Amino acid sequence: MKVQASVGLTVGIIAIAAGVIVVVAQNGSDTAVAEKAEKPALKAGPKSNASPSPAASATAGAKPAALFQPPSEQDMPKDEFGQTVKMGKDIFEHTERYASQYVGNNTNLRCSSCHLDAGRLAHSAPLWAAYVSYPAYRSKNKHVNTFPERLQGCFKYSMNGKAPPLGDPVLVALESYAYWLASGAPIDSKIPGRGYPKVPDPPLPRDYARGQLVFEQHCALCHGADGAGQLDANGRPNFPALWGAKSFNWGAGMGSIKNAAGFIKANMPLGLGGTLSDQQAWDVAMFVDSHERPQDPRFKGAIAATRAQYHDSPEDMYGLMVNGQLLGKGTPSANNANHGEKP
Amino acid sequence: MRPNPAIVSLTSLALTAMINVALADGLTITLHGNDRGAPACVTCHGAQGEGIPANGFPRLAGLNAGYLQTQLDAFANGQRINAMMTPVAQTLDGDEREAVARYYAGLSSSATMTEPVSETNSAGARLANQGRGSQGLPACTQCHGAMGAGVGAIFPALAGQSSLYVENQLHAWQQGTRAPGPLGLMKVVASKLAAADIQAVAAYFSALPASAPSRRSKP
Repeated sequence: MKVQASVGLTVGIIAIAAGVIVVVAQNGSDTAVAEKAEKPALKAGPKSNASPSPAASATAGAKPAALFQPPSEQDMPKDEFGQTVKMGKDIFEHTERYASQYVGNNTNLRCSSCHLDAGRLAHSAPLWAAYVSYPAYRSKNKHVNTFPERLQGCFKYSMNGKAPPLGDPVLVALESYAYWLASGAPIDSKIPGRGYPKVPDPPLPRDYARGQLVFEQHCALCHGADGAGQLDANGRPNFPALWGAKSFNWGAGMGSIKNAAGFIKANMPLGLGGTLSDQQAWDVAMFVDSHERPQDPRFKGAIAATRAQYHDSPEDMYGLMVNGQLLGKGTPSANNANHGEKP
Repeated sequence: MRPNPAIVSLTSLALTAMINVALADGLTITLHGNDRGAPACVTCHGAQGEGIPANGFPRLAGLNAGYLQTQLDAFANGQRINAMMTPVAQTLDGDEREAVARYYAGLSSSATMTEPVSETNSAGARLANQGRGSQGLPACTQCHGAMGAGVGAIFPALAGQSSLYVENQLHAWQQGTRAPGPLGLMKVVASKLAAADIQAVAAYFSALPASAPSRRSKP
């Protein structure tokens, strides 16, 4: 017997990869739109089985409209403006390093966790689509939001941190990067590829237990059986935390089952987007979003009141009972927005 | 009920001793093989676990212990097949495979690199760091970590790895001669790469300085 440092692969299970978070491109009417996903119940059977064609991911759940192509990396300008664009990209991909003061303590997430391919990928809430969609009214805060204000929301909720002040170099850099990615795109809040695709209603009502099975088989390999994600060998965020203290908080867009299902269906497991059935995507999205996570920074002092004001949607598990546990208590490190810890 | 400090320190001494024994076992095997016919690992993998890149014998130093053990176990049980490694792994018992894996995982590599790649614009760098969205091909680094540092026991470090070894593996996945691995990911990924892509991406990672093993790799 030796001391077991041996990690082994107990896991046997599978997984996923990328992540969860920000939802920049979803617009404000999410919650309203969400309502109808509830009761589809009876369709004649499991109509949408996995169609194992990963290449389909780009069009999963969406019409095959021609998608906008952002400029390529090599064409990034080299002048002063280009340097800020580059900084924006670095922040986007290594948020914990370049914007650490605005990222929650221990948060295992980056902008690019949910906005894949450095914010370029259609149907993964691409930055170029978000950029051409603001200013816009959002039901989430009931006023017209500018693009930088929308970015603030990502830090406050999805990164479980705090909003950089308007004009802060972090926001300027991110806005510059988004603007550059959108070069040549029309101003159009309905630009194809925006946000996450809407997944058709599942044949059966979504189910936690089935979702758990999907998670264990297709997601845990990368995100961990405990949903905490994994750091790379240098200790930097790699596979994002899907729930728990290191994840996005209860105010984040990915906490909407509808958003999560769309992201998952189109993109997960990473490299195998489009391979989960609609049912599997809905079930696992519900499973993931039925776990405790950091408290909503808008917390009203009581879970019920907070649900009534901010989470009153069938897409949102906050304030509901799951397996005998009331969701919405927040994880221990809740509200701990904080400063640059080195992972 | 506080633990008796004497017992605690005795226990930790004993633990330390056991660790040393395990490391010693690993070292001995790498230098001399065993008495059941396993050859010395150093013959092909080098005295420092650096491999012989030109022959496609992979670097092992600093790779994740769980990953190395999984591969050895897979060679031993036939899940992964290689004319050289299959018989070697089969002449090591489970404890020996574990000891060797831990020994190599504990060897540090020459350099640590944690800075994000500052985009060299080669085709290999683009595949490694950006993938090819139009094909649903993720960036290598999304699973293998920034700078190819490796992530956990499933996704091995690629930085500093023999480019010939990496090329051989990608071709093996393409051709179905290496089992597709967890979730079948690598077969899918490899199937989207042209021969030139494989060469470019393997060259890119082989040129990156290998990362030192990290104690911080658990979330």
